[in-house]
Amino acid sequence: MMGAITVDDKLFEEVDQIIDRYAGEETPLLCILQDLNAKFGYLPQPVLQRVSKKLGVPASKVYGVATFYSFLETRPVGKYVIRVCKSTPCHVRGATDVIKILKKELGIKEGETTRDGLFTLEVTSCLGVCGVAPAMMINETTYGNLSEGRIREILALYRQ
Amino acid sequence: MLYRAHVLVEVSSNSVPLGALQIKELFSAEIKRRGLSQEVQVLETGSLGSEIPSPFVVIYPDNVIYAPVHPQDVPRIVEEHLLKGRVVEELRFKTPSSGGVGELVSTFPLQKERRVVLRNSGFIDPNNIEDYIARDGYQALAKVLSSMKPLDVIEEVKASGLLGRGGAGFPTGLKWEFTYKAPGEEKFVVCNADEGEPGTFKDRLILEGDPHSIIEAMTIAGYAVGASKGYIYVRAEYPQSIAHLEKAINQAREYGLLGKDILGSGFSFDIKIRKGAGAYVCGEETALLNSIEGGRGEPRIKPPYPPQKGLWGKPTVINNVETLANIPPIILNGAKWFKNIGTPTCPGTKVFTLTGNIVNAGLIEVPMGITLRELIFEIGGGIPGGRGLKLVQTGGPSGGTMTPELLDVPMAFDTLPKYNSALGSGALTVIDDSHCIVDVVKSFAEFFLHESCGKCTPCRIGNKRIVEILENIERGKGTRESLVLLKALGENMKATAFCGLGQAAPNPLLRCLQVFEEEFAAHVEGKTCPVGVCKLEKKMVYAK
Repeated sequence: MMGAITVDDKLFEEVDQIIDRYAGEETPLLCILQDLNAKFGYLPQPVLQRVSKKLGVPASKVYGVATFYSFLETRPVGKYVIRVCKSTPCHVRGATDVIKILKKELGIKEGETTRDGLFTLEVTSCLGVCGVAPAMMINETTYGNLSEGRIREILALYRQ
Repeated sequence: MLYRAHVLVEVSSNSVPLGALQIKELFSAEIKRRGLSQEVQVLETGSLGSEIPSPFVVIYPDNVIYAPVHPQDVPRIVEEHLLKGRVVEELRFKTPSSGGVGELVSTFPLQKERRVVLRNSGFIDPNNIEDYIARDGYQALAKVLSSMKPLDVIEEVKASGLLGRGGAGFPTGLKWEFTYKAPGEEKFVVCNADEGEPGTFKDRLILEGDPHSIIEAMTIAGYAVGASKGYIYVRAEYPQSIAHLEKAINQAREYGLLGKDILGSGFSFDIKIRKGAGAYVCGEETALLNSIEGGRGEPRIKPPYPPQKGLWGKPTVINNVETLANIPPIILNGAKWFKNIGTPTCPGTKVFTLTGNIVNAGLIEVPMGITLRELIFEIGGGIPGGRGLKLVQTGGPSGGTMTPELLDVPMAFDTLPKYNSALGSGALTVIDDSHCIVDVVKSFAEFFLHESCGKCTPCRIGNKRIVEILENIERGKGTRESLVLLKALGENMKATAFCGLGQAAPNPLLRCLQVFEEEFAAHVEGKTCPVGVCKLEKKMVYAK
C-alpha cells in the first residue's frame, strides 16, 4: 500500500522537482497533479498546498482540479486500483456479476481498499474496450472477456 | 537488416486484455530458441476489425493469418511455418462469411468493407515510421507544403464534403476556414482523442494502429489554418495509444516531418500530448480546452466558438481522430474521389464499433449509407443465442435509439435525425430481448450521473433524480406519476442544460418512454417486469 505520506522537507523537494519540470509550460496544473499522483499514489493535502503556493494558483482551484478527475485521488488507495466498467455495453454482457464477484473475492465495497492495502475497487464509466466486454482495468492494464474463473486468475497474478 | 519473414502480432487494447503481449514474447523466445532471430522479425500491429478474433498473428510474406492464437499454438507455428515452411492449416483463420482461407490480401477488404481511415491499421508496425512512409505516409503533407496554398487545402477539404466524425457531423472544411479567417498571430490545432462514449473505441484503434496518420493530418491542418502548435488530448484510459503517439511524434521529428522548417518548406509545426484524467465531459470541445489549460473540465458558454476563441483565448481548430485520419487520403486522391464514397450528402466511410449482444463484437469501416441490418446481421453475425433484437443504441448514450423497424434506414449524419435518432460517433450497442427497458435506460442514466461535471443544475440534479425514479420503478414503487415526471425532467434538461452532455443525457430515456410505453406501464401499473429482470415487490407475474 502506498499508505499515508510523511510530510517533511524531502517530500516538498520531490514535489518541487516535478513542478520545475514544467517550467515554461503554459498552465501545467493538471500535468503536475497527474505526475504527483503517479509518484505518491494519491494527492495528500500538504502536497496540494505546496503546488498552490509554488504555482501561485489558489488552493481552492488546485483542490477543485484534484477532485474533478477520476484518475486523481485525494485519499490513499491500494497498490492496485481496479476500475470495473459498468457502462451499457459491459452492463448487457454481465458487468453487474463482475462487480459482485470482485466484491466477494476482495471482501470490500465500491470505493474501499482491502485491509492489506493491495486493492482498491472502483466502478467506472466506459474504458473503451467494449469489443471484449465485460472489462476492467488494474492500474494501466486492461482485462476483457471477464468471467468468474478469469477474475480469480487475474487477482491471483496480483496477489503473488 | 533484412529478414526473410515477419511475424506481426496484434498488440492493441482488443488483444492485450486477451494475452497478446505474452504471445509476442513467446514468439520472440521461440524464434530465438530455434536460432531464427537473424531471419525472422517479430513486430506489433494494430487491430484488423470485427471478423478476426483477437489476438491474431499475420506472417509475411506469406500473408497468412492465424487467429485467435493461444500460447500453446506458438511453438507449433514457429516450428511448422517459420522453420519448415508449412502453413498450419488447422490454426489458420477462416473467413466466416465465405468459409475461405484467411490470407490478408485476399481477405481484405472484407465484404462491404471500405478502408480509408483504417487503411494502415493491422498492416503496418505503428512504431515504425518507415512502414507508414512505405504506404504513402507523409506524401499528402509533402504535396501540401510543396504545391498548395493554405486556402487551396481548405477548399479541397470543403469540396470533399467531409463531416466531423466525433459525433456532431459539422463540416470540417468550414471549421478550418473559420479558424483561418479568425484574426490572431498564434493559433492552435487540437486533436480530440478523448473518446469516452460507451461503445466507441474507433479512435483508439486508429491511434494504436496508425498514429502517424494523425500527426500528418494535424500538420496539414496547422499549415491550412496558420497554426504552429498542436495538442493531442488523449484519454487516460488509453495508455497504449499514448505510448504509440509518443514514439510516432519523436520519429516524425527525427525525420524532419515535424518541428522546425518541415521538409525545407519554411513551415514549422510541433505537437504535444496532453493526457486526460478520466472525465467524459472533456470530450466536449470547450471542456477539453479547459482541461488542457489545467483546470476542471467544465464546458464554456458558446459562442464564442473555438475557431474564434479557443485554447488560451486563441483561434483553435478541434478535430476528432477519425476526422483527421481522413485528411491525408483526401489530399492525395482529391475531393472528387472522396465524394464518390458513401452518400451524396454524407460522403466517405464510417468506422462502426459493434458492441453489446452481438456475435462479432469489434469494428468495421464501411461507406456511409449502410444499414443496421447489414451491420448487425451480415457483418456482426447477428445476435447470440437466437435472441430477438430489442434496440440498438447508436453513437453511445448521447446518440440515438433505433428499434427493429428502423433496420433498413441508411446510416448517415443527415438520415437518422429524420427518425429522431443520431449517428453520433458510430458506436452500435446491440441490446437483445432478454433485457428490461427500465434497467437498460437506468444504465444510460447512471453513466450520465457519474459523468455530469456538476456545473449546471439541470444536469447535476436532473440525472440524479432520473436514476432515483428509475430505481423506484424497478422496485415496484413507481406510479403513472413517475412516468410523467420522467418525461418532464427529460424535456427540461434537453431545453435548459448548459452543454451537449446534459442536453443529450435524457435522449435514450425520452425515446424509450415512447417506444416501450407498454413495458414501462407494466412496471408502474401492473407492478411487474415483463422480461423478469426487475425484482418488483409483488407476487403476481405476468405471462409473457
